Amino acid sequence: MVEMDNHELTLSRQFEKVNTILENYNRSASNLISILQEIQADYRYLPEEILTYVATALGVSPAYVYGVATFYAQFSLKPKGKHIIRVCDGTACHVRGSINVLKAVKEQLGLKENEDTTTDLLFTVETVACIGACALAPTMMIDEEVYGMLNDEKTREIIDGMIEKNKGGMVNAVQD
Amino acid sequence: MPYRTKEELETHIQQLKNQPISTQVLVCAGLGCLAKGAETVYQRFRELTEINHLQVKVNKSDDHHPSLVGTGCMGLCESGPLVRIEPKGILYLRVKLEDVDRIVDQTLKNGNVVEDLIYQEKTDHEVRKWPLMKDIPFYRKQIKIVLRNCGNIDPEKLDDYLKRDGYLALAKVVTTMSPDDVIGEILKSGLRGRGGGGFPTGRKWQFARLAKTDKKYMICNGDEGDPGAFMDRSVMEGDPHTVIEGMAIAGYAIGAQEGYIYVRAEYPLAVKRLKKAILDARDAGFLGSNLFGSSFSFDLKIKEGAGAFVCGEETALIASIEGKRGMPNPRPPFPANKGLWGYPTVINNVETLANVPAIILNGASWFRSFGTVTSPGTKTFALSGKIRNTGLAEVPMGITLRELIFDVGGGIQNDRKFKAVQIGGPSGGCLTEQHLSLTVDYDSLCAAGAIMGSGGLVTMDEETCIVELARYFLHFTQNESCGKCVPCREGTKHMLNILQKIVDGRAKTEDLDLLIETAQVVRDASLCGLGKTAPNPVLTTLRYFKDEYLDHVLNQVCVAHVCQAMKQYRIDPEKCRACGKCARVCPVKCISGRPKVPYVIDQELCIKCGSCFETCPFDAVMVNWRSKNHE
Repeated sequence: MVEMDNHELTLSRQFEKVNTILENYNRSASNLISILQEIQADYRYLPEEILTYVATALGVSPAYVYGVATFYAQFSLKPKGKHIIRVCDGTACHVRGSINVLKAVKEQLGLKENEDTTTDLLFTVETVACIGACALAPTMMIDEEVYGMLNDEKTREIIDGMIEKNKGGMVNAVQD
Repeated sequence: MPYRTKEELETHIQQLKNQPISTQVLVCAGLGCLAKGAETVYQRFRELTEINHLQVKVNKSDDHHPSLVGTGCMGLCESGPLVRIEPKGILYLRVKLEDVDRIVDQTLKNGNVVEDLIYQEKTDHEVRKWPLMKDIPFYRKQIKIVLRNCGNIDPEKLDDYLKRDGYLALAKVVTTMSPDDVIGEILKSGLRGRGGGGFPTGRKWQFARLAKTDKKYMICNGDEGDPGAFMDRSVMEGDPHTVIEGMAIAGYAIGAQEGYIYVRAEYPLAVKRLKKAILDARDAGFLGSNLFGSSFSFDLKIKEGAGAFVCGEETALIASIEGKRGMPNPRPPFPANKGLWGYPTVINNVETLANVPAIILNGASWFRSFGTVTSPGTKTFALSGKIRNTGLAEVPMGITLRELIFDVGGGIQNDRKFKAVQIGGPSGGCLTEQHLSLTVDYDSLCAAGAIMGSGGLVTMDEETCIVELARYFLHFTQNESCGKCVPCREGTKHMLNILQKIVDGRAKTEDLDLLIETAQVVRDASLCGLGKTAPNPVLTTLRYFKDEYLDHVLNQVCVAHVCQAMKQYRIDPEKCRACGKCARVCPVKCISGRPKVPYVIDQELCIKCGSCFETCPFDAVMVNWRSKNHE
């Protein structure tokens, strides 16, 4: 029973945040993308019940909201890691060997080919078409920091550094 | 303090210009240099100048002493972090934290050049050095109109922009010109859309001006999605006010009061700097109501994209601003007649808008003195790939590809052989050595099957496989196809399948014909620019590198040694000690052997994963690339 209450409390707290975001954007469907961006910034993904809630609040169908949420690459319907590692696979990075960088990142995080988020929800690995730092190819972006001129070794070092920094981090993150 | 009249602004700019010219340290804070540690270099300069009592007041451009400025991109990103000492114009490259002390001691205090940090080129006989930025070959052929402020000002300081006649063009337009005068001037200048299409900017404005509605919109397209292109990012990050000024002028010309800057989600620094610039411009009265005491009001909002390449297309971009899926609509109606929320809308690219203030201040004939008759002005290019001087360059239209790649770009890295250049990103085409004397302008590139595009220029050497590259581009466009029209959605998918077959060595000659046929249908029947141009990389490479395709199909040969299916792992019987490690790691169990007898790989079953190669303790596993004469 206690667990139930807790769950409901969290849910209502969640919607409170969503309500503030909705208010900031005048509950207008024309701001749907910005609204989803802010929600995702908060939750790190778009939970299904929130999508439905947003649809009701904006007076559009859930299918419409779902359609927008699945159209754009930035949105995720699955929980994402605390840190997002974006390996650039733009043309410049591609011809300078971005595939090896991606391989190194995934191996170092212990991810299989078809996995993108670590089980401790600390890291999500994505590829992006171009982060615009082509001069430093191959590159990757960890959150908003850009790392360039990567090779296998350097990539592994950077990832190890991130893992080290986040040791025991998820416990803290949950408590945050 | 808002500037209420043009005269107030002019007086302030004059005051800024009258300040004595003093030594300045400009640290490039473009994305490239930041990623290489420009921030720590900047901080170190700050500490050292304070310790040495060089009377530096950091972050204040009104100070009369040597000052320190974090600027936008200086262009030579490959050699970052870059530091320039003004007014002498000395450029230091690859400045590391520990070099800062020497620069302060030798250059700032004693006026000497730190020899080992300047640009140099080694040839067989000599080492040539260029201490001054303007003499370096990379900069010598460049003409900076769009990038006139990039790398020279602190993008986060309004006064830095004003000092270089910032917002004077807007003041001139609002107080002394009619909207038709403005459009006339832009028409006369011959400015064409820099986003790739090359449509005359003045004509676009004219269409929107003629529309009679109470509301119109001005949009800046900063959704630079082409992989391998970063010109617009550099302008938005390095000189955000010029974008704002260009938009306000365009708004005045077409009669719009509201504008949007649509920036892609992958550019957080550009968003941050634009946001600050908009706030500053509003405070100074360059945005808001009744600009310079006139009846003209204009304000801006930023819309962040959410990661969809197709949103670079005008009608898709509008849909995205309206909060919908970013899918294109058939044109006509053109946005200039019926755009955002159904109102007339002009969409201009970042680079196009950055040209506008310069044209207004200097006049159309000045602009026409650069470039060619049909393509006046300059074009910025993001040089990347296997080129030596990776970075951002602005050259006059009409320059040859050879000059651009070899003089400005410095040629191919590690003195390898030039193979091809991809111009215009995934919508563009691959050009070869025979095109190097082609001039860079809208019409001659089009004739060669490529397009100007937004300005990505990816150079390739003999280690790049052209077929794999075509597959890469198709993979990109196929992935980004929005799915609305059948030719693009299904056609790109099938093209990708065929290309994958070729790369995997499973294709037959008929597949090449089918590939060409499908490509033509996709090109002719797709709804928007994405689909219409997606076949370009395939069609141009098939035209200019047919042999390489045939090599893959007929002989399973990849001359660039890229396509994994074309390689073979073999075990050297001399070196093999029959330990069996390779057979144990092989995921498809295609290695067999017995104790004391060398192991053998079954080529039919091998998936070329390379596990045996990595595992063998005796280096007995060899990689063989099939060549034309062999087998």
